[in-house]
Amino acid sequence: MPDTEPSGHGWTSHTDGAVAVVVLEGDWLVSETTIDRGVSRLVNDGATLRGIGFESGALGHWDSTLLVFLSQLRQASAQRNIDFDESGLPVTTRRLLDLLPVRELPAAAAVGTSSISYRVGVHAINAWAEAVAVTTLVGETAQAVASVLRGRTHMRGIDLLTCVQEAGLEALPIVTIVNVLVGAILAFVGAIELRRFGADVYIANLAAVAVLREMAALMTAIVMSGRTGGAYAAQIATMQGSEEIDALRSFGIPLLDYLILPRVLALVSMMPVLYLYGSAIGILGGFAVAVAMLNISATIFTAQAAGAVTMAEVVFGLAKSVAFGALIAMAGCRVGLRAGRSAADVGRAATTAVVVGIVGVIALDAVFAVCANTLDF
Amino acid sequence: MQAPAAKLRVKRLSVGYGERVVQQDLSFDVAAGSIFGIMGGSGCGKSTLLQALIGLLRPSAGSVCFGTEDYWSATEARRTEMGRRFGVLFQSGALWSSMTAAQNVALPLEMFTTLDTAAIDALVQLKLSLVGLDVGRDAMPASLSGGMVKRVGLARALSLEPDMLFLDEPSAGLDPMSAKRLDDLILDLCHGFGVTVVLVSHDLESLLSICDDGIFLDGSTHTAIAHGAPKVLRAQSGNPIVHAFMNREQASVERAAHGS
Repeated sequence: MPDTEPSGHGWTSHTDGAVAVVVLEGDWLVSETTIDRGVSRLVNDGATLRGIGFESGALGHWDSTLLVFLSQLRQASAQRNIDFDESGLPVTTRRLLDLLPVRELPAAAAVGTSSISYRVGVHAINAWAEAVAVTTLVGETAQAVASVLRGRTHMRGIDLLTCVQEAGLEALPIVTIVNVLVGAILAFVGAIELRRFGADVYIANLAAVAVLREMAALMTAIVMSGRTGGAYAAQIATMQGSEEIDALRSFGIPLLDYLILPRVLALVSMMPVLYLYGSAIGILGGFAVAVAMLNISATIFTAQAAGAVTMAEVVFGLAKSVAFGALIAMAGCRVGLRAGRSAADVGRAATTAVVVGIVGVIALDAVFAVCANTLDF
Repeated sequence: MQAPAAKLRVKRLSVGYGERVVQQDLSFDVAAGSIFGIMGGSGCGKSTLLQALIGLLRPSAGSVCFGTEDYWSATEARRTEMGRRFGVLFQSGALWSSMTAAQNVALPLEMFTTLDTAAIDALVQLKLSLVGLDVGRDAMPASLSGGMVKRVGLARALSLEPDMLFLDEPSAGLDPMSAKRLDDLILDLCHGFGVTVVLVSHDLESLLSICDDGIFLDGSTHTAIAHGAPKVLRAQSGNPIVHAFMNREQASVERAAHGS
C-alpha cells in the first residue's frame, strides 16, 4: 500500500517489516522550498517502527535543508529509541551529520524574566556600590595628592608631564577658538539690549564679568570634558581590553598612582591656567567686536572692563576651574576602569565619560552659582 | 632531598561570575619547583581559575594558599605583598602599550626596589637577553611580533625574581616553531631560577613536553575530572574525555560529550 506511506516534498517512504526506508529524491535547496518537510509524520505514524534507513540514489543537489530534515528525524528517532541507519546516505552528508547533536539540546535557561522588584533591588545595590566606589576614589585621590605634596609617591614624573602636555599645551587651540567666539557673542548679545538704552559702553562690563565669572571656566570645562575626559576613559578602557590593567594589578602596582593620579593632577593644575588664558582671550574677543563693529572706543572699553572686574571674580573662576578639572579627570578614570573588555565598551566608556563630565560640570556650576548667591558674593 | 612541600595549595575552590558557576570543588597541590598544567578544552574555565589564583577574581568558595597562608582571607595589603612574589604572563602579553619593551620590564623594579638606574638597566638587559630579545629593547609593544610580545611579557613576569610564575596560554597564537622555542625557554628559565610554574594551556605539545603534574577541567560538569602528569594521563586515563583530548581524538570527545 504505497499510497498510505508517509511522504513529503522530496522524499517518500516504504515500510520493510519494522524498518521504514526513506527514499530521498530530487533537489533539496533552501531557495526552492520550506524547511518543514513533514518529518514528524514518519516517526509518529509508525507505532511499531524499529528502524529507519535511507535510499539516496535519486537525490539531486542538496544544502542545509536536507541536514535539517535528517537531523530532526534523527532526534525524533533517538527519542523513541528507533534505530537510525545512516549507511544509505551520501558520505559527505554523513560527515556533516556527525557534527550535529544526536539528541535535542536542552533549551537555554530563560534569562531576564525576573520581577520588577528584583530588578529595582539589583539597580539599587549597584547604584550604592557605585556611590561607594566613587567616594572611595575621591577620598583616595585626595590622600594621594596629599602624599605627592609631601614628596612620597610611586607616580612616575614622565607620566605626569605627558598628561600635562596633553591637557595643557595641546588643548590651547580649541580653548582659544571657543573662548574668543564666546566673548564675541556676548558683546553682540549685549549690544542688542544695551543699545536701546544708550548704554553701549556697558558691553565691556557685560563681556568682562560674564567671561571671568561664568563663561571662561564653564566653556573651557565643557571643551576639556569632551577632549580630555573622553580620552582618559578611552585610554583606560583600552588598557582593560588588552589585559594591561590586569598586569598592573598582578604586580600590585597601585592603579591610583600609576593611572589616576597623573591624570587628575594634570587636569587640576592645567584647568586654572586654561581658565586664565580663556578669560583673557574671551575678553579680547568681546573687545574686538565692540571696537571694530559696535563703534566703542578702545580706551572706553578698557576703562569700563577694568572698573567692572574685581579680584574676587577671578578667584571664584579659579576655584571653579579647579573643581571642574578634578571632576572631569576622576569621572574619565572611573568610567574607564569600570568599562568592559570589548571594542564597543571603549566607545561606550568614552561617550559616558563625556556625558557625565559635561552634565557634572554644569550641575556643579549651578551649585557654585547658588552658593555665591547665598553668600552674596 | 625529601619530597618537596606544596607551594600552592587549592582547597575546594569554586569560581564563577555572579550566579554562573564556571568551576567548582577544585582541590590540588602544586609542588615546589614543578610545572603544573591546568588543562581542558576551550571555554572550560581555565583562565577563570587562573584569575582566582592570581588575585584578580574573588572565588565564591574555597581557599588558595601560598605556602601556608590563605590568600583570599588575608588583608588587602598582605595580598598585594604576596602578589609580588609571583609573576604572571597574560594570554595577550599585556605589555603596557605606552612604554618600550625595556621600560615594561623596568617598571616593577622602579616601583618596588630601591635599586639605582644603572642596576635596573643591567637587570633589564639581562632579563631581555635571557628571553632572546637582544635587539628591539627600545621598541614599543605595538611594533613587536606576537612571539616577541610573549617573550617580553615573560621577562616582565620574571622582573621581581618571583617564586611562582603563572602562564596563561603562552603558546596561543604562535606558530609551532615559536611555541616550541617558548616552551624550551620556560623550561630553562624555571629550572634555572627554581621557579614553580602554573601553566594554563590547551596546547597538547606544550603540556606533554613541559608539565610534571596537572589537573584536567571539564566544561560540562564544571569540575576537575582528572589529576596527574599529562604524559601519564595520555597513556592511562580511563576517562573518555581526557583520553580523547590527550590523544587528539575529536570523534570520541563528541561522543563522550553527547553521552551516547
